[in-house]
Amino acid sequence: MDSKFITRGLERTSLRNFSVWVLFWVVVLGFGLYGAYLCLAEGLNQTNMDNRFVFGLWIFLDLAIIAFGAGAFFTGLLLYILKRSEFTAVINSAVVIGLICYSGAVAVLAIDVGQPLRAWFTFWHPNAHSMLTEVTFCISCYLVVLAVEYMPILLKNRKLKERPSLLVFQHNLHKVIPVLAAIGVFLSFFHQGSLGGLYGVLKGRPFAFREGFGIWPSTFFLFVLSAAAIGPSFPLLTTSLVSKISRKKLVKPEVLQSLGRISGWLLLAYVLFKSVDTLVWINRTSPSLLFSPYEYYNQESFGTWILFAEIVVFGLVPALMLLTRKIREHRGWLITAGLLACAGIAVNRFVMTIQTLALPTLPFDPFLSYIPSWQEIATFIAVIAYGVLLYSFSFRYLTLFPQERDLNSLTR
Amino acid sequence: MKSIEISPSQYVMVIDADRCTGCGACMVACAIENNVAPAHPDATDRTGVTWMKVVKVSSGNNGDGKPACYLPLPCQQCAAETPCVTVCPQNAVEVDQQTGIVFQMSQRCLGCRYCMAACPYHARYFNWWDPEWPEGMEQTLNPDVAPRMRGVVEKCNFCHGRYQAARASAAEHGQASSDPVTYEPACAQACPTRAIKFGTPANNEQGVGDLVHSSSAFRLLPRLGTEPRVYYLSKHKWIRQMAQMEKETSTGEEVHG
Repeated sequence: MDSKFITRGLERTSLRNFSVWVLFWVVVLGFGLYGAYLCLAEGLNQTNMDNRFVFGLWIFLDLAIIAFGAGAFFTGLLLYILKRSEFTAVINSAVVIGLICYSGAVAVLAIDVGQPLRAWFTFWHPNAHSMLTEVTFCISCYLVVLAVEYMPILLKNRKLKERPSLLVFQHNLHKVIPVLAAIGVFLSFFHQGSLGGLYGVLKGRPFAFREGFGIWPSTFFLFVLSAAAIGPSFPLLTTSLVSKISRKKLVKPEVLQSLGRISGWLLLAYVLFKSVDTLVWINRTSPSLLFSPYEYYNQESFGTWILFAEIVVFGLVPALMLLTRKIREHRGWLITAGLLACAGIAVNRFVMTIQTLALPTLPFDPFLSYIPSWQEIATFIAVIAYGVLLYSFSFRYLTLFPQERDLNSLTR
Repeated sequence: MKSIEISPSQYVMVIDADRCTGCGACMVACAIENNVAPAHPDATDRTGVTWMKVVKVSSGNNGDGKPACYLPLPCQQCAAETPCVTVCPQNAVEVDQQTGIVFQMSQRCLGCRYCMAACPYHARYFNWWDPEWPEGMEQTLNPDVAPRMRGVVEKCNFCHGRYQAARASAAEHGQASSDPVTYEPACAQACPTRAIKFGTPANNEQGVGDLVHSSSAFRLLPRLGTEPRVYYLSKHKWIRQMAQMEKETSTGEEVHG
């Protein structure tokens, strides 16, 4: 029934199956939106955050999905600036995922602040010294860039292409995409870094505070590098997942292996810098503020195991796996390595947000714990449901993987 | 004792920890003076608004017979690298250079709570609920202080309403606007043991100019370099060491006023 909207040569599941899939996620989205509505209408008392645990699940989610969304800028960098043409195969999918991640993060941020209608105040009374100002400016601009980058993908829809005016518009948009990709790379470098800087500048939180270069703490650079490191890994994972669910070959295995190799090198560089940074922090930064770094790991929930897991299990191990050709050529191991790399960055964002707030600063303060309320979890789920829906529609009606037609016709 | 450099014309608060009995009168007076609404039934000690909070500090584990003291904790009005000022994305926090008071503009606050994460003293409070007063009780509201709405951050401002009233009164008597005026915040006025002193070192009201230089004076977490304008006094070495992180592990519990 909707076949005239589906790209020629691509096979998609029946409209009935697709409707059931969509309906399920719409129900999940509805539940999530109800939780989000309660937070907006009744206030943030619906959450389990408090005056000490001022950030919770949502900030962790924001930092994590913005890092995952880095695939869009990094694939753009590889394709348009470094001229690695093989990544044409995944750029469209990476842009859609980037758009989902960034728009989801902005939506959650709007719920997370107490007075969302005052968001424009940041543009009207900006504090140039605040990392959050930089984050707000860059994310807003980059979201617009991503929306514009999504336009040519959308306009390539079979039905929309029939309108000559849209075809011309799409063609013209294509010409400026490399420029937009370059702007996206610039904006992404800054806001990924500023997200790291958010916590790194907090001298009042010695667990997170880091020395750095100029106005930027070391976490600024570590966040940029870690986002770039999983920039290629996350599209690798999502492509494999979509391939599994749709039972289609979407890209040539070499493309995924190439993404894995780049991710491996960057992850190795990140692990090295992170290790040096941790040593400087343990031996100099924290003791200079009279805080013994070993006390941070005395707490029941957060022992040194978390540091080991972050740097070794989810850092060094996937980096070495991705740099080993035999492991890369094995699909299962490649996906496992990508999964470990992404989990490592998620652990890092968790440590920077949740663990930082759990640890006391005042000498007579206790260690705190926090468990998100169902409304917070529901809002989290809403973002996932929104992402699945936008991606599902894009996958069905747009051409996200240019190699798909050839790969599957060869199989047939 | 190393010398403490402060601007003599700016206000400081000196709290004598040895005199504080933990009665909580300062907390009550503060809430009434500054139009802090009665706590919501679901509020906890971690979601309530208490510009002034009295904390019990023990030198050992609670109940083991070791000495304890009470520390009233208002905003420390940091003079240097004021953590909340630099992080606020929309300049909703500023330091009044004349008085040294760190001022929160709730009407501009987005409610992002980044300032709360930045504050090492946890002296900032978020309005998790709409402020509501029982019927008739709104008649007791202080007309000199604007109540704050849900979703914004607030904190102690050394009773800015009283400061403004004192300035207006001083101007009527011909005092130059650049001269510091004498006034007393509600907590200092209400303290039955006179544990809280307030004024400018230049005028030495209530002897604060001498007290901040006394050998028993200390400030919280001095190594962070925030130069708080709230000083504490104690003759007990363990309290001074604990506050300055030169101590063994201590525990604390909050006192409900």
